[in-house]
Amino acid sequence: MQLGTRKLLDRAFTALGFGSIAMMGLMLLVVLVPIVGNGIGAIVFRGTVEHRRMLYNEFHRGDAGRLKLELAESDAARSEVYGMLDRFEAEMAGMDAVRREEYRPKYEQVQGALRALLGPLPHDEAPALARLKYGQTRWDKAEERLHDLLFEKVWDYSNPDEMAKSYEVSRSAAFKGTSLVKLFPYVENNIDRLLQPRWTLYWGFITDSSIDAHFFGGVWPEIQGTLFLALGAMLFAFPLGVIAAVYFTEYARDGFLTSLLRSANSTLAGVPSIVFGLFGLTFFINTLKVSESKSVLAGSLTLALMILPTIIRSAEEAILAVPKTYKEASLGLGATKWHTIITVILPAALPGILTGGVISLGRAAGETAPIIFTAAVSVGSDIGLADVFSSPTQALSWNIYNLASEHEAAAEIRHVQYGMVLALISIVMLLNMTAIILRARISKKLKG
Amino acid sequence: MTPSPEATSSPNRSAREFYLPPERRKVEGGGVPHVSAKNFSIYYGEFEAVKKVSADIPAKYVTAIIGPSGCGKSTFLRSINRMNDLLPNCHTTGSLMFDGQDVYGKFTDEVLLRKKIGMVFQKPNPFPKSIFDNIAYGPRLHGIRDKKTLDGIVEKSLRKAALWDEVCDRLDKNALGMSGGQQQRLCFARTLAVEPEILLLDEPTSALDPKATAKIEDLIQELRGSYTIMIVTHNMQQASRISDSTMFFYEGRLVEHASTAQLFTNPKDQMTEDYITGRFS
Ligand SMILES: Nc1ncnc2c1ncn2[C@@H]1O[C@H](COP(=O)(O)OP(=O)(O)OP(=O)(O)O)[C@@H](O)[C@H]1O
Ligand SMILES: [Mg+2]
Repeated sequence: MQLGTRKLLDRAFTALGFGSIAMMGLMLLVVLVPIVGNGIGAIVFRGTVEHRRMLYNEFHRGDAGRLKLELAESDAARSEVYGMLDRFEAEMAGMDAVRREEYRPKYEQVQGALRALLGPLPHDEAPALARLKYGQTRWDKAEERLHDLLFEKVWDYSNPDEMAKSYEVSRSAAFKGTSLVKLFPYVENNIDRLLQPRWTLYWGFITDSSIDAHFFGGVWPEIQGTLFLALGAMLFAFPLGVIAAVYFTEYARDGFLTSLLRSANSTLAGVPSIVFGLFGLTFFINTLKVSESKSVLAGSLTLALMILPTIIRSAEEAILAVPKTYKEASLGLGATKWHTIITVILPAALPGILTGGVISLGRAAGETAPIIFTAAVSVGSDIGLADVFSSPTQALSWNIYNLASEHEAAAEIRHVQYGMVLALISIVMLLNMTAIILRARISKKLKG
Repeated sequence: MTPSPEATSSPNRSAREFYLPPERRKVEGGGVPHVSAKNFSIYYGEFEAVKKVSADIPAKYVTAIIGPSGCGKSTFLRSINRMNDLLPNCHTTGSLMFDGQDVYGKFTDEVLLRKKIGMVFQKPNPFPKSIFDNIAYGPRLHGIRDKKTLDGIVEKSLRKAALWDEVCDRLDKNALGMSGGQQQRLCFARTLAVEPEILLLDEPTSALDPKATAKIEDLIQELRGSYTIMIVTHNMQQASRISDSTMFFYEGRLVEHASTAQLFTNPKDQMTEDYITGRFS
């Protein structure tokens, strides 16, 4: 080949390789930036006085003295608002029936918007659901609720050929000539006093349990569940996998049975995870009855089965990569095969084995399908280590799906969902980092 | 295991004495066959790599094994401590006796055998552990746990391998950080630490520079008389320098086995002569 052509080819190759790596990096950025940005929003945000009231009531945290002052300030403004409502109700009572019925639905909408913004109104019965006990805890959401209070969305169906259009009209226009008109500018101008937004660092998002299906509180049960499931899976899969790999590499003779086992292992690695989930349900729960119904144990076993082929294969590769001379040296000194495996081969293969293990651990932490039928619930009581044999658990992967698609108020708590995604990604990345560091340290020790 | 009467009063004792030049017959225990092969063949599957070899290896002497590449030197050497067992398709016929015990006998414990027959390989192969742990590996394996005893063994072995002065202040450093020559001497020390009776050396200097090679050769000279040493080498000078008797292999056959002085000065076989004079290799 001509020198020129060769150089051209080299350059083209370099460019192609560089390009594809750059594209991957870009894609990673496109995915990660919004996730990290929004996820951090679950921890760092402008919290209102309602947030602090909720924390104080539900988790008994916060500065009581300061909260009292804030509430006093807020209540002063609120009593103005509630006073206006009372005055308008009195005014309504004095109206003739037709006009009153005209105002009633509009007034109820205003009441609803105020409840969403500030929490229950003075004459309301004490609500049972936590989500109704408090007003907006987050300032970004509060601004939306304020908008809902000030403007009404009206749909225009006049043109049958087109989709209906919506436009917004000011609510105060609807109450023109009544005492309620003053309410809207008052709330708008005093919203800071009413809600007292402050920048908040809410670490509790990681360490608190959730209240009322993730309306308030954090995602600790999910994080804990994910860790339980993943570590539980490793507890079964890692020793079994390493033992199987030792068998394959050191004991198995090349024969029909061995190649059958090997191909079974490869096939298992390619089975879709949802199939593992179904298998876990029928085998571990229905047949073996390791637990009454879904449980951490059943989920861990299912995940263990799923990651077992990967662990076996990576351990096998790591063991095969150990120089044969180590084995010869050890056997030559009069060591038994078993002793050689334990003292020479496995330590030398450890970096590779651990890397495979931790990558599998990350995979177990992130998988959804295998735990749907075997371990995951969307809401449940917090569980401790003692409950893993009998209780199902929340888990990040499953709850992310649940919040995104099945939760009754998915749009309300988007930030929780992003926070969970961030937590999951952080856990997986942390695990992978641990693997890299561990590997580097052990390799360094081995190399001297 | 006590030697069986046949082994000690072997009928071809006179032939064995003949392997040794007169000035080297003083070593104590010399003349007793330590390893003796009879019609010993080694197969890789169907392929006969070593063909019907019969030979007696005298105890406490250095025996060199020479021959062109692929003639079965390593195969023969590795069969003596059954390292070939690692290969699933390798089997042997005929008999190979060590100290009157059948190496390939049904009840022979190959692990015990390897403790008595140590091996140093072509490429230095220290474990990725500290120098101390490398040497202590064998003794620990055989049940020595006491730190003082281990210290003593490590020092003694390193001194025997002429390595003590170079590494005594960094015993806890990883062995892979040493030079190739040092690593090879470490492997000697590691093998010596289990106090074997026989040392099998498969081209122990082929991966080393002349200076390191000279050190290893000195070491072999030091060990001569205390151990039965069998060394495979491609280096004629080395064989003639350090060995008492020499075996010449060609295409799996033992062509000639004689005292080194005789084999290099007055070979009986034309093929041997051609080989040592470098007419083929
Ligand atoms: N594992 C094996 N399987 C099959 N054949 C083998 C195996 N090892 C060696 N052989 C064959 O056996 C013969 C002898 O090999 P051996 O390694 O003993 O030669 P050698 O004399 O040590 O050569 P060299 O001087 O190159 O080291 C060669 O023909 C080789 O191809
Ligand atoms: Mg060889």
